[in-house]
Amino acid sequence: MPPEPPKRVRVVLAEVAGTARSGEPTRVELAEQTGIGEALVKGLVRAQLALALRCAVVVAVGLGSLPLLFAVAPAVAGARPFGVVLPWLLLGLAAYPFLFLVGWAYVHLAERTERDFTDLVERH
Amino acid sequence: MTVATVAIGAYGLRLARTTSDFLVASREVSPAWNAAAIGGEYLSAASFLGVAGLVLKHGVDVLWYPVGFAAGYLALLLFVAAPLRRSGAFTLPDFCQLRLRSTGLRKLATGFVIVIGWLYLVPQLRGAGLTLQTVSGSPYLVGVLLVGIVVTTNVALGGMRAVTFVQAFQYWLKLTALLIPMLFLLLQWQADGRPALAPPAGETFAHETTVTFDQPTRLTLPDGSSEDVPAHTTRVFPAGAPIPKVAGADVDTGLDWLLPGTSGGGNRGLLATYSLILATFLGTMGLPHVLVRFYTNPDGAAARRTTLMVLGLVGLFYLLPALYGVLGRVYTPQLMMSGATDAVVLRLPAAALGTGTIGQLLGALVAAGAFAAFLSSSSGLMTSVAGVLSTDVLGRGSVRDFRVSAIVAGFVPIVLSSRISELDVSQVVGLAFAVAASSFCPLLVLGLWWRGLTAVGAVAGLIAGGGAAVAAVLVTMIGPPLEGWARILINVPAAWTVPLAFAVMVLGSLATRRRVPADVGTTMLRLHAPDALGL
Repeated sequence: MPPEPPKRVRVVLAEVAGTARSGEPTRVELAEQTGIGEALVKGLVRAQLALALRCAVVVAVGLGSLPLLFAVAPAVAGARPFGVVLPWLLLGLAAYPFLFLVGWAYVHLAERTERDFTDLVERH
Repeated sequence: MTVATVAIGAYGLRLARTTSDFLVASREVSPAWNAAAIGGEYLSAASFLGVAGLVLKHGVDVLWYPVGFAAGYLALLLFVAAPLRRSGAFTLPDFCQLRLRSTGLRKLATGFVIVIGWLYLVPQLRGAGLTLQTVSGSPYLVGVLLVGIVVTTNVALGGMRAVTFVQAFQYWLKLTALLIPMLFLLLQWQADGRPALAPPAGETFAHETTVTFDQPTRLTLPDGSSEDVPAHTTRVFPAGAPIPKVAGADVDTGLDWLLPGTSGGGNRGLLATYSLILATFLGTMGLPHVLVRFYTNPDGAAARRTTLMVLGLVGLFYLLPALYGVLGRVYTPQLMMSGATDAVVLRLPAAALGTGTIGQLLGALVAAGAFAAFLSSSSGLMTSVAGVLSTDVLGRGSVRDFRVSAIVAGFVPIVLSSRISELDVSQVVGLAFAVAASSFCPLLVLGLWWRGLTAVGAVAGLIAGGGAAVAAVLVTMIGPPLEGWARILINVPAAWTVPLAFAVMVLGSLATRRRVPADVGTTMLRLHAPDALGL
C-alpha cells in the first residue's frame, strides 16, 4: 500500500473546463458537453454496452441453453464422459471456469476500448 | 466439539474487533484483498449449508443455484461494476439521488434495501439455529436467538465493522473449512470401494444406520410395500438394506436425482429453472451488502478487476458444497428420510469418518466455517440495513440513530426466522434474489446505460416489478400451499417480475420524457469516461 494515496477530488464541470490545458480541445469538448463531446461519449457508452451484451449472449447461449437441451435431448443428459453424468460435469465443474473466462475476456476488451478512447481524446 | 467451535468463533470476533480498530481508515486496498473480502461477505449460510442440502435432496437440478450465485458476479461485472464505482455512490439510495435527483425514489429504494436485507437475513439466522442444534443439541430457537442477538449487539456497538481484512480472512476460512474435510471424505469414499451414488436398483444404507422418528409417518419400500411407524420410534437399518421413502419428505431418488428433471413437477420444471437462473444472474447486483464494498476500489478499472477476481474465488468455493451433497447420499441417508438436509455439511465428517479424533476435528472445522458464514454475512447485511434505516427512515445518521436502527434491523429477521422453519435455506435466499432482480437490477442497468431513464419511470418500475416480487414472496412464505403453474409462478417469480419491472421502467420513462435530468450528459460522462482521462 502506498504511504500516502492520492487524495480523490470530486470533479465538477467548471473546474474541469478551467483546468484543462490549452492544446487539448477534445478534452474540453468532452467536459463541456458540446455536440462533438456528447457524440464521443455516446459512442463510448454504446461500444461498452454492445461489448457487455455480447458477453451476456455468450453466457446465455453457453449456459442458458443447457436446461432446454437436456429437456429436448435426454440422451445428451444421460451421456457419461469420464464416467460422470454430463449435466453434473457441466454444472458442477465446467460452468465456473467458463464464467471466469468470459469475465476475463470482457475485462480485457473493455480496457482496450477505454485505451482507444483515451488515445483518441489525447491525440487531438 | 462445541467448545472448539465456540473458541474459534470467539477468536474470530476478537480478531474482527482489533483489526477493525487498526484498519478502518484505509480505504484503498488491492483488488486481491478486496475480492476475497467481497467473497467472504457473500458466501453465506445459504452457500455453505444450503447448497449441499439441496443437492442431497434434489440432485442435478439444483446445481443451478451455485452456478447462478457465481454467474451473478459476471452480470455485475458486465453491467454495473465500473460505472457504479465511478458514480461515487456508496449505497443504492445514494445512486438514485446522484443519477435521478429524486428524494422520493431514494425513499422507495431504501424500502427495498430493507426488505431484501431482511429476507436475506432470515436464512442466515435459520442456518445459525440449525448449526447450533446439530453441534450442541440445543433447540432450534436458541441458536436463532443467540446468534441474532450477538450479531445485533455487535453491529449496534460498532464492534464488527465490515472491514476488508477480516472479511478476506473469512473467505479463506470458509474455503478451508470445506476443502480439508472434503479431501479426507474423498479418500474415505475411495477406501470404501467408491460406493455408487445413485444405484440403479435404488439407494441402500452403506452402513448400519439408526434413525429416530419424532412424528408418526409412513415408510414405503422400493418394492411397493409400506409400513406405518408411530411417533418416537428408533429404528436400526442394517447395511445394504434399501432406504425407504418417508411420506411427506420431498426427496428425489434414483434417476430423478441423477438426471435433469423434465416432468415439471414441484419447483424444478423448465420454467422454474429459467426463473431461478434469471433471479440469481440478475439479483446479485441488487444485494445491498455487496454493492457497498465496491466503494473501496480506487477507480472503475480496479472495480472491474476486483469483480473478476470475486467471480474466480466464488466459483472455486462452489466446487465444494455440491460434493458434500453428493457424498451425503452415501454417508448420511438418514437426512433424506427426515428431510432436514441443510445439516448435511455438518453431519458428513462424523458420519463418514467415524467419531474418532479426525472425525471430531473435521466436524468442528466445518462448524466453525458455518459460523463464519452466517456471522460475516449477517453482520454485513445488518450493517447495510441499519445504515439506510438510520440515515433515511429513523433518524439523520447519528451514532445513536444507528444503534436504534441496528436493533430494529435485527429484531424483524429474528422474529421471522423463528416462525419459518420448514423452508429450505437456499429457497429463501432465492426469494431475496428474485426481489433484488426485479427491483434494483433494472434500476441499475437502465440508470447506468440509458440516458432516457426518469425518476417517475424508475418509481413505477420499482413498484410494479419489485412490488409483485415482494407479494409473491409473502404468498410463498405465509400463504396457502399452491399447485401447478400458480405454484411455480409464485414460488420462483423472477421469470415474470423481472421483465415486468424493465418494461414498466422503460415505458414510464418514455411517457415522462421531458423530466429526464438536465445534467444527464455530465453524469454519463462521469460514469463511463476512462479513469485515465481524469474527467
